[in-house]
This record gives sequence, structure tokens and C-alpha cells, in this order.
Amino acid sequence: MEYFVQQLINGLTLGSIYGLIAIGYTMVYGIIGMINFAHGDVFMIGAFIALAMFLILTTVFGFVFLPVVLLIVLIVAMIFTSAWGWTVERLAYRPLRGSFRLAPLITAIGMSIVLQNFVQITQGARVKPLPPQIQGGITLMEGGANSISVQLSYMQIIIILTTIVLMAGFTLLITRTSLGRAQRACEQDRKMAALLGINVDRTISLTFVMGAALAAVAGLMFLLLYGVIDFYIGFLAGVKAFTAAVLGGIGSLPGAMLGGLLIGLIEVFWSGYFSVEYKDVAAFSILAIVLIFLPSGLLGQPEVEKV
Amino acid sequence: MAMNGSNKAVGTQPADPNSFAASVKDAATAGFLVAVLGFFFIGVRTDIAPGGLDLKMRWGAWIVSILVVFAGRLLLNLFVFKTNSPITQKFASSMPGNGRFAGAGKWMMRALFAFALILPFFFITFFPNKDRQFIDLAILIMTYIMLGWGLNIVVGLAGLLDLGYVAFYAVGAYSFALLAQYLDIGFWFALPLAGILAACWGIVLGFPVLRLRGDYLAIVTLAFGEIIRVVLLNWYEFTNGPDGISGIPKPTFFGLELKRGEGGFADFFGIAYDPIQRFIFLYYIIFVLALITNFVTMRLRRLPIGRAWEALREDEIACRSLGINTRNTKLTAFSIGAMFGGFAGSFFATRQGFISPESFTFLESAIILAIVVLGGLGSQIGVVIASIVMIGGIELLRNLGFLQQIFGSGFDPVQYRMLIFGLAMVLIMVWKPRGLISTREPSVALKEKKRIGADMVAQGEGH
Amino acid sequence: MDAATNMNNNAQATPNWDKDPVLSVEHLTMRFGGLVAVGDLSFNVGRGDITALIGPNGAGKTTVFNCVTGFYKPTEGRIVMRHGPGRQQEDVDALTDSGQRWKTTGNGAVYLLERMPDHEISHKAKVARTFQNIRLFGGMTVLENLLVAQHNPLMVASGFSIGGILGLPGYKHAQQEAIDKAVYWLEHTNLVDRADDPAADLPYGAQRRLEIARAMCTRPQLLCLDEPAAGLNPRESAELNELLKYIRDEHKVSVLLIEHDMGVVMEISDHVIVLDYGVKISDGPAEFVKNDPKVIAAYLGVDDEDEIDMPEVREDIARVSKDEQAGDAAAPAAKKKAAAKKATSKAGSTKKASAAGASGAKAATAKSSPKASAAAKPAAAKSKAAKPAPAASEVKIANAGDYPGSQPHGLRKAREGGANNLTRVKGIGPASEKKLNALGVWHFDQIAAWKKAEVQWVGSYLAFPGRIEREEWVKQARVLAKGGETEFSKRVDKGAVPSSVPGKRGAKPASKKTTGKGGKA
Repeated sequence: MEYFVQQLINGLTLGSIYGLIAIGYTMVYGIIGMINFAHGDVFMIGAFIALAMFLILTTVFGFVFLPVVLLIVLIVAMIFTSAWGWTVERLAYRPLRGSFRLAPLITAIGMSIVLQNFVQITQGARVKPLPPQIQGGITLMEGGANSISVQLSYMQIIIILTTIVLMAGFTLLITRTSLGRAQRACEQDRKMAALLGINVDRTISLTFVMGAALAAVAGLMFLLLYGVIDFYIGFLAGVKAFTAAVLGGIGSLPGAMLGGLLIGLIEVFWSGYFSVEYKDVAAFSILAIVLIFLPSGLLGQPEVEKV
Repeated sequence: MAMNGSNKAVGTQPADPNSFAASVKDAATAGFLVAVLGFFFIGVRTDIAPGGLDLKMRWGAWIVSILVVFAGRLLLNLFVFKTNSPITQKFASSMPGNGRFAGAGKWMMRALFAFALILPFFFITFFPNKDRQFIDLAILIMTYIMLGWGLNIVVGLAGLLDLGYVAFYAVGAYSFALLAQYLDIGFWFALPLAGILAACWGIVLGFPVLRLRGDYLAIVTLAFGEIIRVVLLNWYEFTNGPDGISGIPKPTFFGLELKRGEGGFADFFGIAYDPIQRFIFLYYIIFVLALITNFVTMRLRRLPIGRAWEALREDEIACRSLGINTRNTKLTAFSIGAMFGGFAGSFFATRQGFISPESFTFLESAIILAIVVLGGLGSQIGVVIASIVMIGGIELLRNLGFLQQIFGSGFDPVQYRMLIFGLAMVLIMVWKPRGLISTREPSVALKEKKRIGADMVAQGEGH
Repeated sequence: MDAATNMNNNAQATPNWDKDPVLSVEHLTMRFGGLVAVGDLSFNVGRGDITALIGPNGAGKTTVFNCVTGFYKPTEGRIVMRHGPGRQQEDVDALTDSGQRWKTTGNGAVYLLERMPDHEISHKAKVARTFQNIRLFGGMTVLENLLVAQHNPLMVASGFSIGGILGLPGYKHAQQEAIDKAVYWLEHTNLVDRADDPAADLPYGAQRRLEIARAMCTRPQLLCLDEPAAGLNPRESAELNELLKYIRDEHKVSVLLIEHDMGVVMEISDHVIVLDYGVKISDGPAEFVKNDPKVIAAYLGVDDEDEIDMPEVREDIARVSKDEQAGDAAAPAAKKKAAAKKATSKAGSTKKASAAGASGAKAATAKSSPKASAAAKPAAAKSKAAKPAPAASEVKIANAGDYPGSQPHGLRKAREGGANNLTRVKGIGPASEKKLNALGVWHFDQIAAWKKAEVQWVGSYLAFPGRIEREEWVKQARVLAKGGETEFSKRVDKGAVPSSVPGKRGAKPASKKTTGKGGKA
């Protein structure tokens, strides 16, 4: 029981991170119908920026008050990662708008390779460890003779809270603002939206920017939670986050979050109860199973084949 | 036709008298962007140091990168993007256009074929010092050509985006390696078995997923590719896990091993032994395998099944209305593609003598797919050109040692190869989204075969 | 004209489509979620006939097509395809019970299409189709398109590709035959010069013809065409007619087509089936359907702004006006002269329209008028009562009993203060308003008082069954009768609804004030 609760907490934490990345996939898919293959690597970029910024603040400027440091790191990482997201869209996807569907997927794969190797060259291939910054937590259940104690660490609380706050803000942004309206209009019919005076290019760019900003948050959390990053973390996290987006129903924001949480839980429970080696197989199998049997996901709209 | 299109896309900016100011402004924007993007990567370097991470500022590199981009963008603006007479115009018009290229294609193909036929002897004669290296590179390129041709059936003809093609490559390689290890089966006997096994895996994996839409199919195939790799990695008792399988036997020449001494190939024919003989032999094996792939593909294109593949790429619903069993048709494409992947895989195993899951990552799938797409979906000669350019070009980087004299000994051009590969993928795609050879040759004609422009050919949008 | 067609014109004999149907659709229902696209539809397609499926947009025609050709699996119902003559009823029933998909019979074979996947319907049951938005293989040549259509026989000839790869001679021969067949159809569709051009390069009309040629290359027994004449110019349209007749007469292929172009439908169809809102409203030879009032009402859309030329309603209105005149004559103590005059003039104007419309109406009116005028007397008498019983309307409709439900209570003329502007109810346009007025319905509270029986009667009398419920006239009228506003009525008042009459609010309902701008002037 204690073990189960502990895994549940861990799963929700990991799921929050996946969910934040999944939103980027789901939004981009919703608006231009492509899988932004490089999004996982944008997440990785976000993690690296957060690491560098953290080191700059602590070692160069000597800041020590952690909440302020983390807040600054968060904001800087979001801004700079957004710039990356914008650039990727501008260079690799915008010129191919209106081209056949495979083209942007190919450039996305190319972009993914570029980002990985760029980071590998500039920052080295070795992993970057960061000692745990936020320690301690609340003990929910005391461990007994034959059970472990259940810990809810402050880190996990921060991650889950930040995710909730961001999700709420984000939902407001999409449902209440004119940007959100423009986005939904572009999802429905890009040509018509353009005719009605919506700046489609700008709307799409902003979608990438928002996705990248959330990926940066996820990157920072990943860095703080695991304390180790390297240039390759984007690929696996990206595929899992994409699985989350599909599981929740691609195009649906709450779906992405729900899918993220489910994938996080599945991965943690799988590793906890079955085998750690095959945890990626579990994630990939779920992706395949969901796509085959539930292609519209949990919260997505089913598609009727048009004849 | 596509040539003109892309030309226009580049040169649409109207030339105005203030183009210089505009160019500078644009270049400044690009420089600023690099400053922002590069700050945390070029300007800052984190390294593991005793007692935590160490932070190093690299202002020099950062500023240089900004300046390089600014200057490069400015020059491009002045001479290509924002001028009435871009210097690429001349270059572009002298480039073989698709129409002319197609006409020249036949001759080019013959010339390439003739060269490929004599290639080992060409290198031995003209580059005696580097012959082994060059033939090895030719083998590598030929392997990718074969893989590209195999994948071309799936992606180019049937329009099914397969991001997990490397899985079948792995199945072929491991089939041979395991057959050799456990049953002591030789290359020639294992080769067809490996192909059949890969085809079976193609059917098993394809059966549930082939009704999915284009990009969903892509992701599921990627997932399958990764699942196979992870299983190979973790099934230690059977596959030896990350340590891989070594000691895979070399192919024999009608029972003769290509080895030094008694009973070897050289001994039997009474010629002096030279290790190069083995390279030449391997080269001809992959050459023949690739030719078979090409021959079968070309034949299939003219058969009803091949036409059904292409029809499927154009419009699946119309296919169903004409009585074509789309699921079976897709499965044939998938499994035939997988079979050639399996052949290539077992060749890879015998050439390397050692395989491990490391060789079958997603990156490998991406490279093969890039070759097919950049060459032009459905075009056989396009795959050849793309393989030579991409694989050959990257391997060339290994030989750019002189750059170390310029950039210092810390500079290793090899580590840039994947970065350049990725950039090339993006740039070529943006420049020519339909690939280098984008026209389609009809499979049958009443009077004369007219090549079909890329703008009309659908590329398997998947629905 | 062959014998079958002649027989169609003879209403007495069993029509060809019931005697020798190539396709029977039986109780077909197709639901998408909550939406019923096709509801309990049954019809037959005669062997060797050109059958047209017509109806307004959204009537469910393409859904029927997609069910027949297997692209949708129907929610309920049976679709039988028959090779070989006759109904083969025993075989069909045996097949239905057996759970099999098809069965060879003494006469040929029978197929249950709702059990078969789409490709088998084309391959085995020999049903070919074209698409509303042309679906050609644009990047393949015209000839290749036609060879793809012959995929199945060619696959067999190529030994399922194995013989073909090995270059066995059998395939070459088969391919030559396939090319010959393709050329035959290219000649008959005037496309032989374009055989080596990509299909996407052809002009629109040629693409439509190519799609038909491609469908014919599958050697169908039933050819389903989804709006084949859409976007064709008159000359192309005429050529299409010839082509379809040729296919029917020379190749003995039955044709089922969806078409909006009435010229095409009426000229070539042996049999016409009319759908509206997923329900069959008429079925018969072209001549019969053409004059079916329900068809005219449904097809032209009853809430259009234009005056609807609907014989039945016209006749009734003519009758009513006669009655009125008779009644006025019989009862010299007409109290409200002005109002009566207004009613007469209104009826007169409708009469004028009817006179221009059909001549047959007059005879009918004349015949029924004595009876009607006799019946008018008690009605006139009753109108003196302050609150007439709801059962008997002041307005007499001669054949009121022919419609299900009961006729609603009607007033001879609008009450004091004038009639309400009924177009403020969503679903009632000026034309419907006129017809309702003719029934004696002038006020919102009258509509609000309708029960199910009245709704049913009005619906079927005005020939749009189901619409009143769907558009919730009664509910709207209840709100409006209390002086309330609906979203729609607000828009009408603003003048934002072109099919309604703005600015004219009519009598203030419920309130006794007579500040309205008056009724219909």
C-alpha cells in the first residue's frame, strides 16, 4: 500500500512533466496538422538553458535565495526557449507550408538531429549533473517494519502546483483571448481564417512559442527532479509526450494533460512492479495500442471518413 | 517546372533602391537572433568539475558566431535574396532541370551502372593507397542505396510513411547472426531466411497498423522500431544484449573462404592473397543485392500490384471503390520493403562481423528516410544520388584533417557530420520539397511516355 | 424504348423495378451519433433501368450511396444485389439466414452488400461507383487509371505478381487485353487522345467522363454515379446523357444516379426516387414524380421566399375563396366587411397565381365546390360564437380527412388588430405564412395551441412532415404569443433574416392594445 501510494505520487510528478511537453505537440498538431518532431529537443534545449542560467545566477552573481533564483531561471528559460521554438518554425516549417504532408515531417526530423548535435558539440556529450537543490518534504505515511514511508517531497509539490497553475492560465489564454480564438479558427480552416483577417503566420508562430515556453518549464522541472541532463533526453521524452498527446486525444489540451499523467503513472508503475528495462517498451506499446484501437484518444473528436 | 517554382520562391522580393539598407537590417535581425539563441550554448559552456559543475564564458566564440551569421546573411541578401539578378540564377539554369534531367537520366543511369560495375578496379588502379578505404565507402553507400530502394517501395510507391524501417534491417542482421551462432548456418543459406523473416515481421507489424492515417502510421512504426531495439538490448540471454554478437561468419565464394593460406580463395585460383579481395567480394555481393532490389522494384511498378501501390498513394478511397483490397496491397508493399531491409541487414552483419543494438537506432531510420525523400519519392535514381551525396559527403568529413590546422587540434570535423547531415536535410527539403528527382514516369503508355510533373503526383497524404 | 420502360408508364402493371430489381434497399437506416441521416428507407433499382435518386441537399442521397457501396456500414437494414433475373426471393432469404455474404443461385448470384467490405462490393458484387468530388489518381495517366480499375483480373493474370516478376508471357497478353478494354472506353468517352496525360491535367468535364470510364472498366452490373452532371456545361451534359443511355442499352448495365440537374434526370431516368430528410417521399416513373406535389414542395424548399406552386394547396385555397364568396353571398349580414374583403382579396391573389400555374386545378375546384359551399354554411354559423370549439375550423378544407391528425382550428380572418407576423417564427417564411393564413391561422396563440394531432396534420398538409416538430414552431409560438422574444424573432425585427419580413411586427399578441402597425396590407 505505501509502495503503491509512493509510486502514485512519483507517477503524477513525472506525468506533469510529460503533460507540459505534450501540450506543445497537441497544439501544433491541432493548428497545422503536423507532428513537430523537434519538440522533444526543444524541451532538451529548455533544460540546458535552465541549467546554464542557474549556474550563472549562483556562481557568477552569487544569488543564494532559491525561490528567486528559480523564478528568474524559469522566466529566462521560457523566453529563450521560446526564441528557439520560434526559430525552428520559421526556418524549417514555414517555408514548407502548403507543401505535401511529409515535407515538414522530414524537416522536423532534420531539425531534431540538428538540435541534438548542436547541443552535443557546444556543450559536450557527457551528462550534466546538478545536485538536488530542493530537499525535504512531507512524510505522508510513516514506514513500519515491513513497509516504506511515503514521502511527498517539496520538489514534487512544486512541480505539480506549477503544472496546475500553468494549465489553468493556459486554458484561460486559449478559451478567453483573441489569440486563442484565432488559434481555433486556424485549426478549423486556415485559408478561411486568413480571409477573415487573422494573421495565420503569426498565430502559428505564437503557437510554437507557447509550446516551447511550456517545454522549457518541463525542462527546468526535469533538471530539478532528476538532476541529470544530456543532449539525448529530448528524444525519449518527446516520444512519450507525443504518446501522451495521442492518448488524450490529439488537439485537446485537457487531453494532453490527462494523457501525460496516465503515461507518467504507467511508466512509474511498470518500472515499480514489472521491469525497469522494459519501461520504454511499455510506453511505446501503449502508443501503438492507443493508435490502433483508439485513434481519436480519450478526449479527442472521432473522425468520420469523408467519402 | 519545380525548378522555376523554387527559383521564384527565392527571388520574390521586389528589388527596391533601398535594398542595401533592407539587407543590412535583415542581416542584423539574423545576427541578433543568433545572439539570443547562441548565448546559452555558444557563449556559455558547462563542464563537470570537481565539486559540481563549472561554468565557462566563451565571449569570443559567441561574438564570432554572431558576426559570421551577420556577414553570411548580408552577403546572401545582397547577392541572392534581395536582388533582381541573383547569382544563383545562372547556376540554377545550368542545373539540370527535371525535364532535361529525365532525358539525361537514362544515360546517366547507364554511366553510373558501368562505373559501379568496374568501381573496385577503378579504385585499385587509380588510388592504390586508399583503395580499401574507398571500396569500403562504396560498400557503405551501396548498402544505403539498397536500403533506400527497399524503403522507396513503402514510402515512395505506396505512400506509407515508415519511420521504423531500421527494425527490419535489425531483424535481418540479427536473424543471420543468431542463425550462425546457434545453428551454424552460413551466409548464403541465411540470406533468404533473413529476408523471409523480415518480411514476416513486416506482415506482423503491418497488419494492425496499416489502416492508420499517414503520420500516425509514421509514429507507430517508429514505436515498433524502438520496441525491437529495446528488446534486442534487454534480452541478454538470447541476443547478448548491449554487448552484441561478434564472430559472424564471412560469406564464402561457392564454398571458398576468402582467407590466407590453404583452401582459401586465393589459393584455389592460384593468385596471391590480398585482403582487398575480400572487400571487392563484399562490394559485388551488395552490388548484386542492390541490383536485384532495383530490378524487382522496377518490375513490380509495371505490374498491377505496383500500379495499385501508386494508386493507393494517390487516393485510397478510390482504390477501394475499384475493388482493390487496400489492406493486402499495403501489406505486400510493407513486407516486400521489409524483405529487402532484411537482406541488407544480413549483409551488414556479415560485413561488420559484429552487430549490436547500437547500430539500429532511430537515427538510422531517419537517414534512410532522408535519402528516399531527398532523392525524390518514388525515384530510383534519386535514391542513388541522395545516397552518394549524403553518405559520401559525410564520410568526406573524416578526410578533412587539414581543417585542424586552421581551427586548432581540438577541432574534429567528424563530430560535425550529423549536424551537417541534419542541416542538409532541412535545407534541401526547403529548397526542393519534392526531392531532387520529382517527376514520375508512367508505368505504361499507349503512344508515348510523358513524365508527370511533381505538382500532380500525390505523396501519400495518408487520407 | 424497350418493353420494360413502356411498362413503367403503365401504372397498372408491376413496374420493372419491383419485378426484376438488380438492387433492393430494404429498411435502410443510417445514424451518425444522434443524427438519423437515412431512416427506414426502402426502394428497388430495376435491372437495365436508369434510376435517379433525387432530393434536396442533405436529404441523405450520398449516405445511401455510401451504404450501398460499403463505405458506411448501415445501422440497420438489408441491401440485396442480384446477378441474374428475377427477385430470387427464396435465395435472398436463405442467404440472410445463413449469415454468409453471398450465394450463387440457379439464376446467378445474390449478395448482401451490408455484410461485405467495400472492395468486395466492387470486385464480387460488381457495383461500381463514382464520387461527388471527383477522385481520380491525379498523378497517374488516364490509361493507368483505367488499368488500376482492372486490378483484380490483372492480378490473377500476373500470378499474383510472381509470374509477372519472372516475366511469364501470360501477363503480357492479359495486359494487352486490359489496354484494349481501356481504349474502348476511352473512345466512348472521347478521351483517347489524352490517354498518356496525367489525369489531373484533364479539364473538369473530361475528369467526370474518365471517372465513369474507370468505373466501367471494373465490368460492373450496377453503376452508381454521384452527381455526374455537376459542373458540366449543357453540351457536356447532353453527351453524358448519351453515354449513360449507351451504357444501359449496349452493356445492359443498370445505373443508379444522384443528380441535381432535373434536365438530366427527367430526360434519361426510367425510375425516380425522391428523398427528403432521409425519408422517401416519392417513388415512380419520372412523369409521376415530376407532378407529385410533395416532391415539388420538398425539392424547391417550402420556406423559400418565392411563392410556391403547390397544386394541392392551391386547389384548397381556391376552394376556400369560393366558399368565402358563397358564404358572403349566403349571409348578407356580414359584420366585418372590411376584414372579409381583405381575406377575399388575399385569396384572390393566390387564385391568380394558381390560374397561372395549373389548369387542372380549376376542374377540381369546380367539381368539389357544391359540396364545399354546403359545408361552409355551418362554419359560417359557428363563427358567430365567441369562442368556437377547437375541433371545427372556420376554414374548410375539402379533403381534410385525407391527412393524418386533425385540422387545427382556423379563423376566417384575423382578429381585431390584425394578424401576427408569423415569419417571426423560425421556419415560417412568407410563403408558409400565406398558406397558414389560408388555413385560418393568423396568430401565434393559434399555433401555440396546436397539439400533436394538429402538428401532424399541418405538417402533412403542407407537405413537410416533421419540420414543425424539428423547428419547434409551437414552442416558439408560445413564447411569442406571450409577447416574448426569441433569438430568431429579434433577428427578424432587426431585419437580419432575409427570408422573413422585418419591421412588420403585426398585432401585439396577448396584449389587447391595438398599437400594431396593422396586419398584412
